[in-house]
Amino acid sequence: MGGTGAAPRPGEAEVGRIFREESGRSVAALIRVFGDIDVAEDAVQEAFAIAASKWPGDGLPPNPGGWITTTARNRAIDRLRRESRGRELLSEVAVLSPGTSDPRIPEEAGPVEDDRLRLIFTCCHPALSTDAQVALTLRLLGGLSTGEVARSFLVTEQTMAVRLVRAKRKIKAARIPYRVPGDHELPGRLRPVLAVVYLIYTAGLASPAEPGLCPEAIRLARILAALMPDEPEVAGLLALLLLTESRRASRTRPDGSLVLLAEQDRRRWDRALIEEGQAIVRRCLHRNQPGAYQIQAAINAVHADAATAAQTDWPQIAALYDQLLTVAPTPVVALNRAIAIGEVQGPAAALTLADELDLDNYHLFHATRADLLHRLGRHSEATAAYQRAAGMAPTPAERDFLRLGGRASR
Amino acid sequence: MTQYLLSVHSVDGQAGEPMTGEQMRQSYQQVMALQAEMKSAGAWVFGGRLHEPGTATVVRMSGGEMLTTDGPFAESREHLGGFYIVAAEDLDAALGWASKTSAIIGAPIEVRPFQDEPGA
Repeated sequence: MGGTGAAPRPGEAEVGRIFREESGRSVAALIRVFGDIDVAEDAVQEAFAIAASKWPGDGLPPNPGGWITTTARNRAIDRLRRESRGRELLSEVAVLSPGTSDPRIPEEAGPVEDDRLRLIFTCCHPALSTDAQVALTLRLLGGLSTGEVARSFLVTEQTMAVRLVRAKRKIKAARIPYRVPGDHELPGRLRPVLAVVYLIYTAGLASPAEPGLCPEAIRLARILAALMPDEPEVAGLLALLLLTESRRASRTRPDGSLVLLAEQDRRRWDRALIEEGQAIVRRCLHRNQPGAYQIQAAINAVHADAATAAQTDWPQIAALYDQLLTVAPTPVVALNRAIAIGEVQGPAAALTLADELDLDNYHLFHATRADLLHRLGRHSEATAAYQRAAGMAPTPAERDFLRLGGRASR
Repeated sequence: MTQYLLSVHSVDGQAGEPMTGEQMRQSYQQVMALQAEMKSAGAWVFGGRLHEPGTATVVRMSGGEMLTTDGPFAESREHLGGFYIVAAEDLDAALGWASKTSAIIGAPIEVRPFQDEPGA
């Protein structure tokens, strides 16, 4: 820490933090300017490499993100001028960004507010597979390295590299547009965007080895909420993630085993996140345009209100699940509704509802049945259901939890 | 503008009920109206329906000799039934034409970009 210069001198961690914060914005701005994802990615990487060697000695520039974008833009132009294909691309740039004085040099490379929004709609275009959508979003908007993205989704770095190259190639060859969809197509196009952010969050929850994914998903949700303030489901997603995040620290023990909601130490829940999430839920209720994310957020808000598990307002939660089932009529929602009804009317009612569902391949279906059977005193059936659930559990923590009959050792 | 191939893949034995004369007339009119729309939007490049795969012939060079075989390139239950080539600004525009076509003919449509831009 040098204290003499006017500018603070960042360490490696600080440069890394700025990269996480700013690279998505810079990549998005450069894609708009150059119309080419690879050019933008390479140039931003290069600019950060320069920053990493310069900033610790010289201190931070007044606007690090702007510095990165400008440096990346200049590097890209230099490189493109050296290559003949690049010169072609630069002349195309004139077409892509009308209004620049010298068509060969894109002058205006500062971020436009909705560049990142354009980019996330490109990354999550329905013509791309969900795997590709998630990978592109983490790589381009989150600034994660290919290796980090690969580790988050338990595939090899090479598999992930191939997936990213293929997806970027399709965007270019098929001309997947780089723009925010118009109002009439927005509902359909927003759905995969929200699903990708939610998926990134749940991937973080499932793999405590990659804790960065949860904050990354929340960061993306915040960007979306800031850029699309009139979309109630965007607000709903942000609220849902904030309220879930408020409990993340208390949902696992130090050894990685899971703690049931009813058994969590509620004093460890993050009050600031809860208040922020609940405030958003209240605004959503006021707006009265309910959707699946908003209702799930509201359910979590009710849980967050209960000082103890016994004080949970289950009738309210059951009513919210009724509403959720009408907007998202899936068997998994029906199962959760059955659990809520079980808390109001007793385990027999819940078991009757659960047994009507076609969820034989879902581990939490068997785990739920096991718990209900246990509470009804049907212990041998409960044990069998726990065994089935454990055999299907997707993560070791869940498997161990279920093997122990849903009651982890303390 | 990029050109896209909009191809209709038919599966043998999935033709469904044969259409009545009136249904055929209606479907033909809808297809003609869509083609007129493509033309007036400047999207139309080419398109048409193909005869059944049994009418195909494959030629290939083998050891300096031209070999001709009767029948389609690949024996399969799925085959190309017809296609459009459209020019579109981007994939969304091409997908728009594809969904209109699919709605009329009641079959899925594959959308695939051509490599070269016209005149490049």
